Amino acid sequence: MRALVPLIAVIALVLLVFAGVQTANMQFLFGVVIPYAAIAIFIAGFVLRVLKWGSAPVPFRIPTTCGQQKSLPWIKQNKVENPSGTLGVIVRMALEVLVFRSLFRNLKSESRDGGQKVTYGSEKLLWLAGLAFHWSFLIIFVRHFRFFMQDVPSVLKMVEGMDSFLQMGVPLFYMTDAVLLGAVTYLLFRRFYLPQIKYISLAADYFPLFLILGIGISGVLMRYIYKVHIVGVKQLAMGLVTLNPAIPEGGIGVVFYIHLFLICALLAYFPFSKLMHMGGVFLSPTRNLSNNSREKRHINPWNYPVHVHTYEEYENDFRDKMKAAGIPVEKE
Amino acid sequence: MKIYDGGKILLGLIVFVGLAAFPFLYNAGKAAAKPDPKTDTPVIQEMAEKKCVEPKEFMRAGHMQMLNNWRDSVVRDGMRVYVSNTGSRHDMSLQNTCMNCHSNKKKFCDECHNYMAVKPYCWDCHIAPKEKES
Repeated sequence: MRALVPLIAVIALVLLVFAGVQTANMQFLFGVVIPYAAIAIFIAGFVLRVLKWGSAPVPFRIPTTCGQQKSLPWIKQNKVENPSGTLGVIVRMALEVLVFRSLFRNLKSESRDGGQKVTYGSEKLLWLAGLAFHWSFLIIFVRHFRFFMQDVPSVLKMVEGMDSFLQMGVPLFYMTDAVLLGAVTYLLFRRFYLPQIKYISLAADYFPLFLILGIGISGVLMRYIYKVHIVGVKQLAMGLVTLNPAIPEGGIGVVFYIHLFLICALLAYFPFSKLMHMGGVFLSPTRNLSNNSREKRHINPWNYPVHVHTYEEYENDFRDKMKAAGIPVEKE
Repeated sequence: MKIYDGGKILLGLIVFVGLAAFPFLYNAGKAAAKPDPKTDTPVIQEMAEKKCVEPKEFMRAGHMQMLNNWRDSVVRDGMRVYVSNTGSRHDMSLQNTCMNCHSNKKKFCDECHNYMAVKPYCWDCHIAPKEKES
């Protein structure tokens, strides 16, 4: 049920744009108005969400236990896992963002012998699929910049050349297309297949997966099967980014509008969803704070001003009684 | 609203907005030129009925697959005759059929291929027609 509603939602989006373009001829709405609106929502929503996060104080360092903290000179510090300075934090963050280092430590737990025994094992498949998915998504995203630049820089052509170097079929088959679809399918199926994961999966987990699957499938169909007027696609894209939008003459093809509309849905949905981990990963307190609690005192900004009854005051209150009982006092 | 570590947050947001709005910033003030493939070669102009082996819309979207099928058919099966949807018969040959009419590679093929940053590998094997620089 929690998977069914997002699936129906994505199918409804596809049907909506299909009806809008194919029967109602609303190319301008789906080709110009909605993309602009989606980009505006994406950027503004993203910024506001990060500012909201920034308004929350993170007073204390959260040392993680996976590395030796800086302490005595003869104890070797793990400078990446438990950094005490900015450089170590940058390295740790880079490893997290680029190769998902903390997901690499992911474990699975299983109860054996009728719940008598719990065993833990390495679980690298999620890490691998996640890495494959994110990197191929990035390469596909970068590749699409040939639609947004009049003279495509050679570095983009190089990326495209490497992605299609198998020279299979025409238009050339992109490896990342297959990797992306395979990885998303795995990430979706593990939510159906693994009972623990299924139990904690919500509609907000399924919706982005179905949406990205829809974007991938529509893109692949458009490139390899239901051809569209590709020069028209670039004309529309260039019109959008030069703020001179126009629907190209002769039409483009409804698959393109489905692809574009699903991307717009993803962009507009982005700031309100778990996909904000794109910005959030940089704000993870366990990743972006150096562990310098032993060098520097961090004070909680929302501390209530509590009156502290100091020893001096205590001794003033009880000096006579302390002397009478023979307890040493600091001030006579 | 107080922003903690405001400098770092701001720096990150500037980078984000710069990346997200990159296509708009990069193209600011530029005019988008669109490709204009020419079909005004002497051979085409002499034709009574100016038409390709298949309709224009089909050729525009599917010429690459047609050429790929032609290559497979000629090189692997030795079948050289293409029967179009209207029943007309053509020699499956890039150089003798396609380029006979479309002898203006630079103004016909390259016009859109360069615009789309596509580099077909036809000319790895085939000899491109000699053209006068115009």
